[in-house]
Amino acid sequence: MRTVAIMKRVLTEMLRDKRSLALMFLAPILVLWLMSVIFTANSTTSVNVGTVGVTASVSTNLDKVKHVNVHHYTSQAKAKKAMKADKVDAIIHKTGNDYSLTYANTDSSKTAAVKMAFRNALTQTSISQMKSQLGMTQKTIAKLQQTLPAPVRKQVQSQMPVQKKLATPQITNHYVYGDSSTGFFDKMLPILMGFFVFFFVFLISGMALLKERTSGTLSRLLATPVKRYEIVIGYMASYGILAIFQTILIVMATIWLLGVEVVGNVFNIIVINLILALVALAFGILLSTFANSEFQMVQFIPVVIIPQIFFSGIIPMDSMASWIKDISYIIPIKYSGDAVTGIMMQGKNLSSFGLDIGVLLIFLVVLTVLNVKGLKRYRKV
Amino acid sequence: MVDAIIDLEHLVKKFGKQTVLKDVNLTVMPQQIVGLIGPSGAGKSTVIKTALGMEVADGGSATVFGQVMPKRQLLARIGYMAQTDALYESLTGRENLKFFAQMKGIKKAELTESIAHVSEVVDLQDDLDKRVSGYSGGMMRRLSLSIALLGNPELLVLDEPTVGIDPALRRQIWQELNAIRDEGRSILITTHVMDEAELTDKVALLLGGEVIAFDEPAALKSQYQVDSIENVFLKAEGEFK
Repeated sequence: MRTVAIMKRVLTEMLRDKRSLALMFLAPILVLWLMSVIFTANSTTSVNVGTVGVTASVSTNLDKVKHVNVHHYTSQAKAKKAMKADKVDAIIHKTGNDYSLTYANTDSSKTAAVKMAFRNALTQTSISQMKSQLGMTQKTIAKLQQTLPAPVRKQVQSQMPVQKKLATPQITNHYVYGDSSTGFFDKMLPILMGFFVFFFVFLISGMALLKERTSGTLSRLLATPVKRYEIVIGYMASYGILAIFQTILIVMATIWLLGVEVVGNVFNIIVINLILALVALAFGILLSTFANSEFQMVQFIPVVIIPQIFFSGIIPMDSMASWIKDISYIIPIKYSGDAVTGIMMQGKNLSSFGLDIGVLLIFLVVLTVLNVKGLKRYRKV
Repeated sequence: MVDAIIDLEHLVKKFGKQTVLKDVNLTVMPQQIVGLIGPSGAGKSTVIKTALGMEVADGGSATVFGQVMPKRQLLARIGYMAQTDALYESLTGRENLKFFAQMKGIKKAELTESIAHVSEVVDLQDDLDKRVSGYSGGMMRRLSLSIALLGNPELLVLDEPTVGIDPALRRQIWQELNAIRDEGRSILITTHVMDEAELTDKVALLLGGEVIAFDEPAALKSQYQVDSIENVFLKAEGEFK
């Protein structure tokens, strides 16, 4: 009964705080939309390459590569001038049989693109050279065959490999998830969704409890026969409801507004995010006891929130050192990110994420118990 | 002999190395208003918090209604008003009252009546549906007091209840406090206003972590050979130093 009263009160307070409400519901959508625009529009980089003394065949092949524009320069000095003027991103200089490449390297992705394009062009050039050499060899062989006596010629011809026309193989792409435009953003989205839920619930609930403590209402509340766990559960219920709405809104926005494909069940995503929100809530309440003002609460963002992004899986963990990987096991967003990614991109069921959900629930139980115990600081029973 | 409502015996309270309460003895009997006075920092609020069980005594004992504090169930029988107003400012006065009434476990049937009664005492019945953020300082103080009065608690613990309340209303509140006393309930009140201390049945003077004097106002005045509690306070403080 008291739990319900606390829940109602927290929700009423929340609903009257229009700005925080807008922050919780509109800010994630705005940021997601911005990110989708930024990360999908510029997925390809086009590069300008200056060439000096490069053979025509190589430079044509280079020009054929998509997003590569080739400019010819008569001398290295002129090419360097162009690079300084930001007209070319790389210079390819041929001296004798060797190539020397100079990169502006202000954008590592452009450098990588030039390296790859140049290697392709060189391979193609040498292939065509080999082809023409092969043709010449065959012609010579044919001529030689003419000069052979008839029985020998027959024998040789039967041993010659049958000349087949090599057909260029057709390549068809099939995408298990999404289509050819599926990019980095789609990989980030399931994790980002969890991040927003975590961030806003953490901050707003932490602030709410902090305010309750500094304004004295917490002492007043604890001067009534309310049980400590009733307060914690009341808070959890109210922020749980809020988190459900927030998740529904974010999921709907990603599907309808951003056009992201969700393979699995939306309901499953909401379940995972709800658990994450409760973890964030418990975390926010716990940390708010270590803060003496709203400003000190904000100071937890770089310490607590930012590392969550790094270890959430947005940045691939495979390449990291093993001790860094171990840190990710204590990051709640990692588990929700794994689960939501699986649901969104592979259509998996909740049952396949027993471990992730289990770990999140352990987080939740431990933090909640700590919170109930922690309230003892303000009332000894 | 009647049992005491509050009985503090040789109460010791330390915060870290600092001893705030050295040896506090204080009893509040039924049908009694006890005033607790002392300079700021003397530990008046600490006495109250220990009596309520928010702090645990490091020595001695705090007994309320014959039971050793802290004890959660007893809090339903105590009305507490803190020094800070401690209100939910985005809620209306009525919502604040209703919420705390629910927390105190007041039955639904009595809720409306109880809210109407306490708001009348503090003269807020017309402003109940306004948000507390729009209240003046005095109105907030009154709402805070009315929350403490909810549910007719047998014991009222009021920490500086009349700060920021104008004289007419203060008189009205004291009338109500007297009426509560006459009903057989008890009140422990801390105050800075010395002429308020005159209105109590017994005054406890808290100095240096000890109750150095605990008697009826008239008895105290004759003991210190002065004509007002204010002078008792000044004289006692002077002697203490």
